[in-house]
Amino acid sequence: MTIIQTTSSTTNKVLNYPLNTWYVAAWDHEVTRTLISRTVADKPLAIYRTEDGRPVALADACWHRLAPLSQGKVLTRDEIQCPYHGIVYNSAGRCVSMPAQETINPSATVPSYPVVERHRFLWVWLGDATLANPDTIPDMHQMDHPEWAGDGLTIPVTCNYQLVLDNLMDLTHEEFVHGSSIGQAELSESDFEVTHDDTTVTVSRWMHNIDAPPFWLKNMRDKFPDFTGKVDRWQIIHFEAPSTICIDVGVAKAGTGAPEGDRSQGVNGYVMNTITPETARSAHYFWAFMRNYRLESQLITSQLRAGVSGVFKEDEDMLLAQQTAIDANPDYEFYNLNIDAGGLWVRRLIERMLEAEGRPVSAGRAGRLSTAN
Amino acid sequence: MAATNIEVWQRATVVESVLVAANIRRIVLAPALPKRAEPGSHIDLYTTITGERQKRSYSVVDSTEDGTRVAISVLQAPLSRGGSIFMHGLQPGDTLEITQPLQNFPLRVGAPSYVLLAGGIGVTAIVNMARVLKSLGASYTLVYAARSRERMAYLPELLALHGDNLRVHIDDEGSELSVADLVAGVDPAAELYMCGPIRLMDAVRRAWRDREVNETNLRFETFGNSGWYDPEEFIVRVPRLGVETRVPAGRSMLEALEDAGVEMMFDCRKGECGLCEVKVLALEGAIDHRDVFYSERQQHAAEKICCCVSRAVTSATGLQADAARGGPAILTIGVS
Repeated sequence: MTIIQTTSSTTNKVLNYPLNTWYVAAWDHEVTRTLISRTVADKPLAIYRTEDGRPVALADACWHRLAPLSQGKVLTRDEIQCPYHGIVYNSAGRCVSMPAQETINPSATVPSYPVVERHRFLWVWLGDATLANPDTIPDMHQMDHPEWAGDGLTIPVTCNYQLVLDNLMDLTHEEFVHGSSIGQAELSESDFEVTHDDTTVTVSRWMHNIDAPPFWLKNMRDKFPDFTGKVDRWQIIHFEAPSTICIDVGVAKAGTGAPEGDRSQGVNGYVMNTITPETARSAHYFWAFMRNYRLESQLITSQLRAGVSGVFKEDEDMLLAQQTAIDANPDYEFYNLNIDAGGLWVRRLIERMLEAEGRPVSAGRAGRLSTAN
Repeated sequence: MAATNIEVWQRATVVESVLVAANIRRIVLAPALPKRAEPGSHIDLYTTITGERQKRSYSVVDSTEDGTRVAISVLQAPLSRGGSIFMHGLQPGDTLEITQPLQNFPLRVGAPSYVLLAGGIGVTAIVNMARVLKSLGASYTLVYAARSRERMAYLPELLALHGDNLRVHIDDEGSELSVADLVAGVDPAAELYMCGPIRLMDAVRRAWRDREVNETNLRFETFGNSGWYDPEEFIVRVPRLGVETRVPAGRSMLEALEDAGVEMMFDCRKGECGLCEVKVLALEGAIDHRDVFYSERQQHAAEKICCCVSRAVTSATGLQADAARGGPAILTIGVS
């Protein structure tokens, strides 16, 4: 028998982020012929779309004097111009014009990062480009599948991305943070099951024969207008490394076979979450709520987006307060509860990715992350 | 790529030095601060030439995944400025001051197809690119040209790895490279990466421009160390400062001017940035432009030159016998 020793995760209160992976940089509709600036994993990016519709992510600093290219102009074809001295780059990040000279310095390039448009998002790869395989983009197919409808938003969160992952991997907090919408005591009282493989973690929880909380009662009545009575409720949390969590959620009339697989007497949603580290202490939290019933109703889409947005505002306030308390108490450790099993598997998978890249797992106590590699 | 090119100087130990072709040594270094070398990267290092520290750049031929071993290869040129003699004298256990791998010649992943062109010792910049393209399953052709077979480093290894993707051109075996045919046959969407002598690179740049394909798909790197003519000793004069000095064959004009106490402005010292530009006031002889800063038009006009790499020679045919007068070329310049 082999005893495999693994290091404790508890001390990494501010987790570093892997670079050899895909992160969402923007919603597809944000990427246009007007430049935007967005920082992903401490790298400022200038993001735009070429004349023929291809998305581009260049480093947001001119080769010459590092002026932000995102403040420049989109030109014809695939080109953009630095706002300071007019140096022009193409979508490969190669200088095509130096206004003050007849030739182009062969070293005049800015990094152009691999990008893929998928699941209504623009995904960017900031690590070793030779490893960038689009097949490893997380499965978020409900985002643009004909059997699903819905929409979402972006939350700028001022905390380490891992705190958002922790939040989503353990939903017992709903009873206390979201008491008026989705929270109920049965969340903490019911049993849950955790499984994992090399890149995913799944946490499943079923609550049988309970009252539907207000959010779910409304959804049930959107599909079954006369519904009253008890429900069976499920939350199946699918994590895909390093920072995507799609949660299969829903309720069905109690005892109609939902736990066994027949969800026809219920309503089903998918909470789509992908969290992009911006800095050690901030993240872009992209989310959407997709449903597989009443697909024709834009009213329900708008109501769900507003409703979930209100729920997530409660999370945002808690995460900010938590990050502030973490930074104010540098000498105190995290302790873990049994309910943290899913979140701790997440941390372990991310730490393995960081170790494989030869980068530190902790982002330290203050300041920017170390990006030594 | 400025952010990735902040130099981190460190000690490195020579762990191996072997001849891999006539006058070419493969030197494997163990850096104190290992960092993986991307394709197209180089290291800077300090040589010691007659007691003086001089910086040189060498492409990384290959490295281990974790960067604990970095291989370069050095041609001992007959007209070396002294750096290659120093490098060839290194023994296992010797130490050097080097930088981490620096990147001025990045390989872009995702082009529809690639042509890699290596001329002579220029193969050192290309070996790692070819290996990466092979492992990515990319569509690529590797073209390796040289004057003779015994001067071709890594030829057996490249043949074994790249098979039919490798095309070899050897002057003295009658299979010399036709630049016109090469460029004409390149797919219009392909990217061509090249490293080699300046005559070869100038010819490819001209053919590429004439073909009016995307100019940025032609990628090259030059360390400013080859010219159209063999280097000769010449005389440089700066009338405003009352300076006249000799530029030995093994020294650049910029170095000679600095030696003579002229305060010079410069940056790249490899003929790319144009900061070391000087005005040509008078010339006895011809200019050997070795930079990539000036356009062909500007080089023909010869009103200004990059003194970090370009030189004066006695005659434009490159033959001393054709010189209009005896003695070395004389270049009179104005400096900023």
